[in-house]
Amino acid sequence: MIRAEGLTFDYERLDEEGNVEEKKRAVDHVNLHIRPGAFIAILGHNGSGKSTFAKHINAILTPTEGTLFVDGMDTKDEDKLWEIRQDAGMVFQNPDNQIIGTVVEEDVGFGPENLGVPTDEIWQRVEESLSAVGMLKYRHHSPNRLSGGQKQRVAIAGVMAMHPRCIVLDEPTAMLDPNGRKSVIKTARKLNKEEGITILLITHYMEEVIEADHVYVMDSGKVVMEGTPKEIFSQVEELKRLRLDVPQATLLAYELKKRGILLPDGILSNEELVDELWRLKSKM
Amino acid sequence: MAIKVKNVNYTYAEGTAYEIHALKDINLEIPDGQFVGLIGHTGSGKSTLVQHLNGLMKATGGTIYYNGKDIYGEGFSMKELRSKVGLVFQYPEHQLFEIDVLTDVCFGPRNLGFSKEEAEEKAKAALRLVGMKEEYDRRSPFELSGGQKRRVAIAGVLAMEPEVLILDEPTAGLDPKGRDEILDQIARLKKERGITIVLVSHSMEDVARYVDRIIVMNQGQVKFDGVPKEVFRHYKELEEIGLAAPQVTYLMQELKAKGAEVDTDATTIREAADAIENWLKGRQG
Repeated sequence: MIRAEGLTFDYERLDEEGNVEEKKRAVDHVNLHIRPGAFIAILGHNGSGKSTFAKHINAILTPTEGTLFVDGMDTKDEDKLWEIRQDAGMVFQNPDNQIIGTVVEEDVGFGPENLGVPTDEIWQRVEESLSAVGMLKYRHHSPNRLSGGQKQRVAIAGVMAMHPRCIVLDEPTAMLDPNGRKSVIKTARKLNKEEGITILLITHYMEEVIEADHVYVMDSGKVVMEGTPKEIFSQVEELKRLRLDVPQATLLAYELKKRGILLPDGILSNEELVDELWRLKSKM
Repeated sequence: MAIKVKNVNYTYAEGTAYEIHALKDINLEIPDGQFVGLIGHTGSGKSTLVQHLNGLMKATGGTIYYNGKDIYGEGFSMKELRSKVGLVFQYPEHQLFEIDVLTDVCFGPRNLGFSKEEAEEKAKAALRLVGMKEEYDRRSPFELSGGQKRRVAIAGVLAMEPEVLILDEPTAGLDPKGRDEILDQIARLKKERGITIVLVSHSMEDVARYVDRIIVMNQGQVKFDGVPKEVFRHYKELEEIGLAAPQVTYLMQELKAKGAEVDTDATTIREAADAIENWLKGRQG
């Protein structure tokens, strides 16, 4: 689905004459391969290069060096631009910057309309997409009156209506309250499981990563760790050094281990920790 | 007694078809030096409430006393109130605009009428207070990282030497380390300077870890008001109004549900670890 080969990106600062004054390498020789239907998470501190990388996936940015393939298409190939953008949709952090329609269903229909989809089919897609994110009953509402989580789900529906094979979510829950966060992550998981859409989730909330198939950790533009959530979150100290964190259950298990309580590595959820503690207690 | 909110009501677009009763009969007292967490789902009224505390919005009913004085009373200086009660908005770094960090932070005290020298002195003190080193003073704010920009923006408010600092989601979008750094700085301000802090947050873990008291807003009313462990005992009711308890509170409840005799009041990692250790060792001995 997505294949990066030596992907490198430099931000350039130009002086008044247009000469390059300063270069900053934001993405540094990233190689990765994401198979169709996977649920992938990317972690990294502010400025680690993860958003710059994500913007390559739908060709908002193109590599300074190296190549990025989306569904076999090179993102540098301008003839393929529209196909790539239809294939890989993006959802950003701030819901208010992404919604343009005055009525929910119009907003969702904007994408397919732009693609030249026939009117009947637009309405059909709008209905399907809103129902997939659980927002169908709000179709006639004004987006202004929705909560943050609802707005983000409308933004996801807008991407869905373009029938993408992949959705990149760049910190979609950063501005939401707990319920909004839950509803957006649930929606992403559902689209992944039921519709087979490849999901790339960029987040600072470690709890949202627990169920991902694979996790990449970025630092200074490079992929510095990768593996299953269990493998990644077993490395508490290393993640802290990278300005990151681990899920609360993992952190609690780590604290208990420091106090001499024998627990295995890689505990991610409350259920796992409760089970392990119970096992420990019954052996005493 | 720093702030006293008495029977405050606020209605948007009163008398029209769009009328919304955003605050309903709010009564609160926030004593000097307290670290208060204000939580509530989007639209619960918490932002409306904090904008009343520094006089940006005027109650349609009731009143607010600041250090015993009615802020709507005759002769009360709103300008002074706004310098005493500093409000840091969401994504405050979007409001940075000056040519360098120091000039940006000087803007507040200059506006209050301080001379350039005095303003710079206050700005420098505020920047050091949020952990920004002197080497950044002459840099453009736009060259800084997200966490640094946010700290500069907070310093911009601190330079006015407020007695109360209200922060609306100061950690949204920051990485975990950046989040901890900001919250640690804020906790230090409270401890070392005795500044009263009101922290508006969507992170129950952060609130549990730092604050002395939690105020929960729902539909324009105060739903709960107490120390973290009291408030989070109502986790089921909190869920009904779009909130939650910290993760560890759920873990303790799950352990208890399995039959473990543990204290379920834990709201932080350390408290949970203590309770689990006691439970494990208690049976041992």
